[in-house]
Amino acid sequence: MARTQEDLTVAASDQANDPIHQFVVSPLFSGEMGAASFTNASLFMVIVSLAVTFLMVVGTSSKDIVPGRLQAAAEMSYEFVASTVRGTMGQEGMRFFPFVFSLFMFVIFSNIIGLIPYTFTVTSQIVVTFAFAAMVIGIVIVYGVMRHGSHFLGLFVPSGVPAALLPFIVLIEIISFVSRPVSLSVRLFANMLAGHITLKVFGAFVAMMLGGGAFAALLSPLPLLAIVLLTAFELLVAVLQAYVFAILTCVYLNDAIHPGH
Amino acid sequence: MATSSDSHSAGTQAHGGAPHSDVFPPFDTNHFSSQLLWLALTFGALYLLMSRVALPRIAGILENRQDTISGDLDYSVTLQKQAEEAGALCQDMIAGARARAQALAEETHIRLAHEAVEQRKTLEQDLHERLAAAEARISEAKARAMHNVEEIAAEAATAIVQQLTGKTPDASSIASAISTVKIA
Repeated sequence: MARTQEDLTVAASDQANDPIHQFVVSPLFSGEMGAASFTNASLFMVIVSLAVTFLMVVGTSSKDIVPGRLQAAAEMSYEFVASTVRGTMGQEGMRFFPFVFSLFMFVIFSNIIGLIPYTFTVTSQIVVTFAFAAMVIGIVIVYGVMRHGSHFLGLFVPSGVPAALLPFIVLIEIISFVSRPVSLSVRLFANMLAGHITLKVFGAFVAMMLGGGAFAALLSPLPLLAIVLLTAFELLVAVLQAYVFAILTCVYLNDAIHPGH
Repeated sequence: MATSSDSHSAGTQAHGGAPHSDVFPPFDTNHFSSQLLWLALTFGALYLLMSRVALPRIAGILENRQDTISGDLDYSVTLQKQAEEAGALCQDMIAGARARAQALAEETHIRLAHEAVEQRKTLEQDLHERLAAAEARISEAKARAMHNVEEIAAEAATAIVQQLTGKTPDASSIASAISTVKIA
């Protein structure tokens, strides 16, 4: 693994322009990746959790009747998620409210913190989003079976379908159920990944144009402008995808509460 | 692992100094267990904090606020009712005072009218008395004047008869003659 100085310089410049490098997970303290290594991803999971905790626990510590800014933000998140949960699942769904709330806050904070340059986006890792999706589907199955027993299988048998079509419909329903964790996790992962790659590619354009002669350097503010616009757009995507993740979680959990169609 | 000999010409070189496999980083299974572990730790802690501390606290805050608002609203309704009662009482008092004032005015009006009538009566009586007195005085004066006239007439008649007949007539015949003339 011995590298020359030239190799390292090239590697460093590659790294600066490489849009994929931002997704690399590497241990922070020890050189080797172990099963429990504290990585940059772990660091940002901790940061995200601390940020949510700061907003929700420290922000509400004074318990004011007339809320301050932080408490108003905390209450707003609470009421937003609570109304989403109530709207999709009804009052009964409020038992899942802490879970959906934690999920939504974790995802939205990951997405937004990830937009800050030089940070790591926790939700840009498929293993993280898939873990969340698997958690959701796991809860749906466990709670659905516990609550309804074999009636939970009614989820796959829509009522009012002709008997001839039934096997076909049941097959489609099963496929759609199985593809849920995949679509749920890939949607968030791909949105985060694509946005960050695009930002990085445009950033690399600026750097390369500045080094590419007078004419190219003159045009280099154009991709910079594109980055500004894209950042705004990515902020929208970050919030929207967190909301989509939360509301789909609610919709899937609703199936566990009310399996009949 | 990166092959450092021909890596950057091929463009697939791993990044930085740390050893990586050549797969796309999010699909690199090497860090999956670490990510899952730390995700479980951080998200688990977050879930516990949210479900045990933050969310019940916010629910408490919202409930407390709702209670305060509805309590204040109830209190304001009570106050409003009290104000309305006080207003009604005030209206009653005003109406009572107005009725009393009206009664007083009417009474005074009647009393004054009575007094005026009385006064007029006494005045009229007084006037009547004075009229009667004046009339009495007039008739007395008239009688006295008539008496004087009778005396004058008697004297004149005596003088006339004396001149005509040369003898003094009897006073009683003169008087009877005059009274006969006066009746006529």
